Amino acid sequence: MPNHAAMTSEAPRAPERSFLSIRSLTKSFGQFQALKSIDLEIREGEFVCFLGPSGCGKTTLLRAIAGLDRQSSGNISLRGKDVSNAPPSARDFGIVFQSYALFPNLTVADNVGYGLVNQKKPREVIAARISELLALVGLPDQAGKYPAQLSGGQQQRVALARALATSPGLLLLDEPLSALDARVRLRLREEIRALQRRLGVTTIMVTHDQEEALSMAERIVVMNHGVIEQVGTPEEVYARPKTAFVADFVGRMTFLSGVREGQALVRVGDQALRVADAPGFAPGEKVEIGLRPEAVRFTESAAGENRLAMRITDLEYLGSFVRAKLQGEGASPLILLADLPFNVMQDRAYEPGQAVIAELPASALRIFPARPFFPARP
Amino acid sequence: MSANSAFLTRDREAWVATALLAGLAFVLVLLIAVPLWSLLSKSVQNSNGQFVGLANFARYIATPALVVSLWNSIWVSGLVALIVVPLAFLYAYALTRSRMPGRGLFMAVAMTPLFAPSLLSAISLIYIFGNQGFLKSWLFGASIYGPVGIVLAEAVYCFPHALMILVTALRLADGRLYEVAEALDTSKSRVFFTVTLPGARYGLISAIFVVFTLVITDFGIPKVIGGQFNVLATDAYKQIVGQQNFEMGAVVGLILLLPAIFAFLVDRQVQKKQVALLSARAVPYEPKANARRDFILLAFCLVIGGLLIGMLGTAIWASFIRYWPYNLTFTLNNYNFANFDPQGWGAYLTSLKMAGLTAIFGTAIVFTGAYLVEKTKPAPALRGFVHFLAMLPMAVPGLVLGLGYVFFVNAPWNPLNIFYGTLTVLVANTVAHFYTVAHITAVTQLKQIDAEFESVSASLKVPFWMTFRRVTLPISTPAVLDIAVYLFVNALTTVSAVIFLYGPTTKLASIAIVHMDEMGAVAAAAAMATCIVFTAMAVKLLHLALDRLVFARYQAWRKR
Repeated sequence: MPNHAAMTSEAPRAPERSFLSIRSLTKSFGQFQALKSIDLEIREGEFVCFLGPSGCGKTTLLRAIAGLDRQSSGNISLRGKDVSNAPPSARDFGIVFQSYALFPNLTVADNVGYGLVNQKKPREVIAARISELLALVGLPDQAGKYPAQLSGGQQQRVALARALATSPGLLLLDEPLSALDARVRLRLREEIRALQRRLGVTTIMVTHDQEEALSMAERIVVMNHGVIEQVGTPEEVYARPKTAFVADFVGRMTFLSGVREGQALVRVGDQALRVADAPGFAPGEKVEIGLRPEAVRFTESAAGENRLAMRITDLEYLGSFVRAKLQGEGASPLILLADLPFNVMQDRAYEPGQAVIAELPASALRIFPARPFFPARP
Repeated sequence: MSANSAFLTRDREAWVATALLAGLAFVLVLLIAVPLWSLLSKSVQNSNGQFVGLANFARYIATPALVVSLWNSIWVSGLVALIVVPLAFLYAYALTRSRMPGRGLFMAVAMTPLFAPSLLSAISLIYIFGNQGFLKSWLFGASIYGPVGIVLAEAVYCFPHALMILVTALRLADGRLYEVAEALDTSKSRVFFTVTLPGARYGLISAIFVVFTLVITDFGIPKVIGGQFNVLATDAYKQIVGQQNFEMGAVVGLILLLPAIFAFLVDRQVQKKQVALLSARAVPYEPKANARRDFILLAFCLVIGGLLIGMLGTAIWASFIRYWPYNLTFTLNNYNFANFDPQGWGAYLTSLKMAGLTAIFGTAIVFTGAYLVEKTKPAPALRGFVHFLAMLPMAVPGLVLGLGYVFFVNAPWNPLNIFYGTLTVLVANTVAHFYTVAHITAVTQLKQIDAEFESVSASLKVPFWMTFRRVTLPISTPAVLDIAVYLFVNALTTVSAVIFLYGPTTKLASIAIVHMDEMGAVAAAAAMATCIVFTAMAVKLLHLALDRLVFARYQAWRKR
């Protein structure tokens, strides 16, 4: 594919190589603000996921990039050229929808060649390109079938081939895997990722599935209520969530309300927990501490930092690990989730009602500003 | 393709869509809005075209004969609704909630009145109960010419319309509700009054209003069998055609518009609620076996279906009879139309031509228009306006629209008045008259097509008209056929709108029926009506066959 020959290596790319640049983009539907001043840079060849709950604005942002639904204000530039007001056909992208949107009365080959026919290329060239694309998505012998004769996963591959047929500079995927069975979804996830690496086509995928985003994306854009909460690699987003929303949406996290005390001390109920340095929070300020269930460790001795005497109130078997619900003792007891790997579980044979010492490593405790409406979890 | 030329392409696309929409809006304004405006303005003018405010309305109220017609129209229409809706409800109940044998056949039988001009049942009644009718004695001296005949004939004519609404309403039942009721050990009658009837109540309301409107605006039946009994529709005809009193005709037309608009508004409310009634999780109701219930319903349907067939059959049979009721031998003389009407068979051929042109042009405009409204993005205000115009004819009875056309096309200032009495005006008027149902059919079909097809096409730089031709239209062939057949059959059977608009060379079969009946050639009128019925049914059968063929040949993709 001519457009993607120059794939840069893994090294951080310079910002001026920005492929797609979005500046203070907003979109309103009447009173409702679907996008509130979005700024985003996407580099050439990158695989980016827009992740967030339904109604967060991720699809609205994708459709604005495509030009299918025009933004209310702000700019979009593609390869340094302002396309804010350009119609979709002037924007050089291919798109795949959750519904596949395959033309039911056309064969697989005609679907894939739909955009090529319009380019008035010779028939042999088109036919060759169609077979090349069908081979690429692993459906070389399905050219004569109609979409209704294919499985969901096959239909989505055809849709992918159709989107790639005109060699677009940008591939947009709008929840492409959401309509598929769990098993097919996993396989197609890998295939799309491999295909994207091979072609080097800049790709944006919208998804509400955090696991999908973590496993596929080079960078994740986490969105909520029309704002970008965090942009980062899967590792950054998971391990160093910038906001409580990100922490809660990507992976599981237990939250504890507390009050900032010393330099690195937070009081939660009647416990003082040591945290990694928490700059930006004044002493006496209300905060929330976030802790991933897998970071909790069970120890023998209560002596040491952040070690709490707790009781197991419930055990939930989740296959490869067991999620324990822990309750502290005292007047206002803490409630925590702790994930125990299956082998640990086997060795120790924990049971509900059992007393344990839980260690909450200071490095794993993340501090966020207190949210106005603290959700009652777990 | 460079970005720049793509810009132009896309701009061209938006430009084309907007231009087509503007053209469509212009055509619909001309076909629908302007005639209605002409009617409105005529009602507040005197014969010299000067504005006189509500003087015409005051004169109407001060004329006792006209007020009597108003009252006659109201009680006759109400009575028909009261008779037809319960019968249609029970019939619909039998079709949807029983395991009675032959349900499909009974549905088809109940639809037969749709294939005939409304006045066919009036002609049949004349043969049965008229001065020479073989059952005249059953009326105990009362005359069929008058309210009795109107009510009976209108009941037949309205039955399929009420039935279709009620079948739809009763089909939208959640089987789970019945299972719950049964699990709670509820009696059958209580289930009927707490589940079935509330579920269908919107359909019942809708059916009552539709029947009322159909009757009050129908012209053919009171014309044929009304005798000295005047109603609004015949008043309008007399004022316009008989006395050339256009202003009073306009007033009557406006009065006729009121119940129709009211029914339209009620129906829209009802539609909204009906949709909300059935959740996506509802399970279709499967009636259980119940021999006694099925037997009673079968007996009922046999009686009603028999009456409907009898009404149709009497006129057809009578059309082949030499001299009713004295000489019942077979003859084809009544089909020698030249003996009864100067146009002869010409009227029938004109009808075929008119119906064919209506089907072709109507389908093309309706479907393209619905596509532009439903699937293109530019000019949202224009699209809303076009959709409004498309929905408007639903609220306008044919008679009223016909009056509007008379005032508009006949106006001396109008350069289009050269079209008065031509086939063009008849086709235009008929397309406008039946626009809404066809439009709704097209929109419903288009809504079922993935909304992202146009997005995908845009991303592939394929203009929308290409996708319309290559994908949307082929997928929609069955709906397009539906629309064409609907327009054809209705163009063939309509009387009320075109009665004011035909010219010396463009008399239609349905109008020839009215004229032959007026001259006393009832058998010839029946013969002409028979021709229409057979043609309409043949077209419908052809449609069913074609539908199968299309499915088999061109819609291979539907099969797995």
